[in-house]
Formats: sequence, C-alpha cells, structure tokens
Amino acid sequence: MKKFFPANIRLWFQIIYTILTNGYLYGFMSGKIYKGPLKYACVPGLNCYSCPGALGSCPLGALQNALAQRRIEVPFAVLGFLFVFGSVFGRFICGWLCPFGLFQDLLYKIPLFQKRKRLPGHSVLKYGKYVMLFGLVILGSAVLFAGFAKVPAFCKYICPSGTLMGAVPLMLADSNLRAQAGGLFGWKLAILAVITILSIKVYRPFCQYLCPLGAIYGWFNRFSLVQVCWEQNKCISCGNCQKACPVDLKPEEISVSPECIKCGKCVAVCPTDCLHFYEGKKFSAYKGDVV
Amino acid sequence: MTEKKFPKWLFGVSIGLLLFVMGFVTRQYDDIYRKAIMICLECIGIG
Ligand code: SF4
Ligand code: SF4
Repeated sequence: MKKFFPANIRLWFQIIYTILTNGYLYGFMSGKIYKGPLKYACVPGLNCYSCPGALGSCPLGALQNALAQRRIEVPFAVLGFLFVFGSVFGRFICGWLCPFGLFQDLLYKIPLFQKRKRLPGHSVLKYGKYVMLFGLVILGSAVLFAGFAKVPAFCKYICPSGTLMGAVPLMLADSNLRAQAGGLFGWKLAILAVITILSIKVYRPFCQYLCPLGAIYGWFNRFSLVQVCWEQNKCISCGNCQKACPVDLKPEEISVSPECIKCGKCVAVCPTDCLHFYEGKKFSAYKGDVV
Repeated sequence: MTEKKFPKWLFGVSIGLLLFVMGFVTRQYDDIYRKAIMICLECIGIG
C-alpha cells in the first residue's frame, strides 16, 4: 500500500502541539505567566497553567479548582471540555497531543536500560490512575480537605507536569519563588525524578499508572470518533500488532481498551492491512512511527 | 429501509455542548480564567 504519511508523524504532531499550546516565550524569559483571553479555554492534554509558556488552561487543574470551591457546584464548563475532547478523540489525545506524554516518549527513546512495556503487577497498578482520579482529584479536592483549606490535591501533591512545566521554569526565572521552595517542592521534585528515571525503562509509567486525565479519556475510548479499527476477518493472528504496541495490547483490545493511546504503531506493522484509523479505511495507509 | 443509529461519539459531543452552555450561564469560565492567570502555588509546590 502506498505510504503517504511521513515517518514519525506522531512525534511531529506532539512537538508542534506542545509548541503551539506553550508558545508564550516572553513568559519563559520573564518568569511571568500568560494572562490573555485564551486562558478561558481548557486545552485537551495535561498542561500546567502555571507553565510560563501555557496559552490555555489545564483541564485537570480547572476541574480541581472548581471542586475545591467553598460551595460545591457541578463543574459544567470543565466537564463540557472533557466530554467534547473525549468523545471526539478519546486517548488519541494522550498518544498524539499531550506534552507530558511527549516528555515520557522522548525519555523512552534514550538507549539506556533494557526496555519494558509494563511494570510488574501491571494488572493491579493500572487502577492507580482511577485511585488518583477519585481519591485526589474528586474526593481530595471536594471533600477530604473541607473544613480545613480545600486544595487541588492532585496538583498539590503529585502532578509532575506542574513541577516540570510550571515550577522548574518559574523558579529558574524568579529568585523570590526559589526562596519559598521547601519540603513540598522537594517531594514534588522527587516524584518528577522517579517518573523521569522510570520512563527511560518503562513505557509512559505516569500515563499507564497515575494520570487521572488518561483515566477520564480512557472511558471515552470505546466510542470516540477517532478509532483504530480491526477487521477481524482479515486478521491472520501473526501477533505483530501486540509486539509493536507500546502498552502490549492484543488485537481485540485495540482502541476499545482504556489503555490504548491510539498511537497507531499497530496499524503500521499489520501485514494484511486489517487495522486502520477510522471506519471505512479513510486513513488506512498510515505507515508512520514504526519504531 | 436501514435505520441509521445516532453515533455515540456525537451523543457525547452533544452532552459536552450542553455542559458548555450551562457553564456559560453559571459564569464558570470566569473561574477557569481567574485561576489560570495567577501562578498556582499548589501546582509549583510552594503552596
Ligand atoms: S495519560 Fe495523562 S499525561 Fe499521559 S498522555 Fe494522557 S493526559 Fe497526558
Ligand atoms: S493498540 Fe495500537 S493504537 Fe493502541 S496503544 Fe497499542 S499500538 Fe497504539
């Protein structure tokens, strides 16, 4: 079949999206964040809004902020973004757009350590992201800290995107912020360090085990518009797709599993072309991103 | 005659749009904006 998508197209998508959504260069130089009207809207991926370059709002941060208000109300606006993004893309957002996914993808390319797709205990650990979602994002922000100060608990205690994209560049640029860094900052830096080192060996450990946004989009995966379709009648069970899949999914799990990030690596290696993006083979000649 | 099913993803988008409108009516976009234009001390680990 004719190859009309360039190799590494996914990587280019990730890089261009990351630059477009974090392109406020003045922020990086001055240690200030963007305050323009684009911040009324949430971006699809995990993207700390305290990143000096961020041009939009983080959906997870906005969700926690809404839940952490004194008077609990249904966060309609943020849920609206999540429903629209999720219904159209599902975890395609994780595979093709999210800056923190890109960060982990790049780390996994470093030729160090023997690579693993999953951590031992994966079948249990994969539920960690739901624990984060219900425990810290929802209960942690809305209930647990009620009576004390309500806080966006996932952002405060875990989120490595906030540390990488927000804390590090801001502290490098602003000595006042640097002076305030204490134990909590050390804790968050340690989490980022562990995830960074682990990402060199294991494929996207944060996405597979901890990310609440991945848990939300995973719920939409089965029925989102963007799908990787499997024509079972053409499948010769060669196993190429599972071998190429960075999260080790079987053909019947492709696209419908909440773990599938719709990266398309399986599509690229199928010898009988029984995998293709979208119904009706519209994008069936996708052959990029084989490695 | 074949019956065309309303795709589930479109149903999800419709719910999303409805939520957008409700968010607009309840002025929740202002909250999103207000939070996003201040450096979030929790996010950067000093608050
Ligand atoms: S799981 Fe979370 S961090 Fe990973 S790509 Fe998806 S949204 Fe980004
Ligand atoms: S099943 Fe295919 S599209 Fe999904 S994560 Fe695996 S290789 Fe990527």
